[in-house]
Amino acid sequence: MPDIPTTFIPLSDLTGRKDEIKPDWVTGSINSAIGPVAQISCEWDQSDKVGQIKARISNAFRMKYAIQPGLYAVGNPDEDSPVLLSANYKLSFDILRRELKTLNVWIIVLDTKGINVWCAAGKGTFGTEEIIRQINYLKLERVVKHRKVISPQLGAPGIKAHDVKKMTGFSIKYVPVFAKDIQQYLQDGLNATKEMRRISFKIIDRMILTPMEVSQVLKQSWKYGLGVLLFFGLMPTGILFKNALMDGLPFIFLLLTAVLTGAFITPVLLPWIPFRAFFRKGYLIGLLPVILVHYLSYKYGGLFNDPFLLASSYLLVPTLSSYLAFNFTGCSTYTNPAGVSKELKSAIIVYAITIIASIILLIIYKLKIWGVL
Amino acid sequence: MKYLKNVVTLQFSESKCNGCRRCIEVCPHGVFKIVGKKAAITDKDLCMECGSCQNNCEQEAIQVESGVGCAEAIIRGWLTGTEPSCGSENSSGCC
Repeated sequence: MPDIPTTFIPLSDLTGRKDEIKPDWVTGSINSAIGPVAQISCEWDQSDKVGQIKARISNAFRMKYAIQPGLYAVGNPDEDSPVLLSANYKLSFDILRRELKTLNVWIIVLDTKGINVWCAAGKGTFGTEEIIRQINYLKLERVVKHRKVISPQLGAPGIKAHDVKKMTGFSIKYVPVFAKDIQQYLQDGLNATKEMRRISFKIIDRMILTPMEVSQVLKQSWKYGLGVLLFFGLMPTGILFKNALMDGLPFIFLLLTAVLTGAFITPVLLPWIPFRAFFRKGYLIGLLPVILVHYLSYKYGGLFNDPFLLASSYLLVPTLSSYLAFNFTGCSTYTNPAGVSKELKSAIIVYAITIIASIILLIIYKLKIWGVL
Repeated sequence: MKYLKNVVTLQFSESKCNGCRRCIEVCPHGVFKIVGKKAAITDKDLCMECGSCQNNCEQEAIQVESGVGCAEAIIRGWLTGTEPSCGSENSSGCC
């Protein structure tokens, strides 16, 4: 094993990577009181940039986008340098190190099972226990003279700062929400302005989250697509390919517009859509494509002339859109579980009624096509 | 942006507060401020129930029912009768 610092903590079988592989962003190693420590670059190379994009689109990729927990060095830190905490989700770590140019700091990467700081804090893996474990394991009291560890503010849900202090002697300071404010925070003697403590949820923040939402739905959608084709193709004489395509594809198209409105348009336009409840927002926006298709069918003839099919579209499309939009509460930075539970009580009734009603409508439609009714 | 009105479970007991300002430091929505020598709630509806303040309050002056906030997780919680949680490490899911 060439220049592998001894302070790496062996990664649990998460990545399948072996210890001897040195990542490109490790540029060398420096000596510390506890042995050599990996020194890292604050620049992103091509693979870091590609990694960010993949991590925002593919769940499978994201769940394996992890780095080795342990101690890292930025610049040439010494016993007076600040100690920052991070998660071992690579993107969390990348966003942090990118903001540390020209600084000399230590970073302790906690083993959060490859999950980002905020979500890991919610689960408790970015939390009191892991911090205490790492401080003890690394013998941090030998690395630095001071007794402060700086955690991301969004890690706070997992941390009992006073317990860390009791167990290790290190007090926890919370760096502001966004990594871009770190330099200012350190310069100002670990003081943050009110504004730096607030999380925002701007249009760009929301937009960046939507590819994952859409890709997660589309990944499962082929089963439903097949189901729809089967439904439309099913005739007394067997499964007719022509019916499956002629009637099924427009319906699938309409359902896909619900994915667009629920998992993309509603999240992006969130604050400008009436209602506070997400399931209502999604329902409202989900009505629009059906109205549009209805209008076009009415004007130019064609697709949705059957009143039963049309009525079931009016029910199903907004409902799907509503459900997808509702799930965006998990991504949003201002919704709370109490509110989601409350929404769910109303939503579930709406969903149950629309699904039952549209199944009945679709059966009637089918029986008509078959000439039974 | 504000979510639903009057649903938040956050409770603050002023008598236990020692004015350490930890809640102000950790809250990402500015739900706390200092009035005199103690903390006070600015606007409860801003709270996202992340639990930071409760966890970091040594005086145990704050209580909030924190948890996962996405619909799918809560539905799963209802169906399985367990606490709502994100998918386990190997299942697909959100964060």
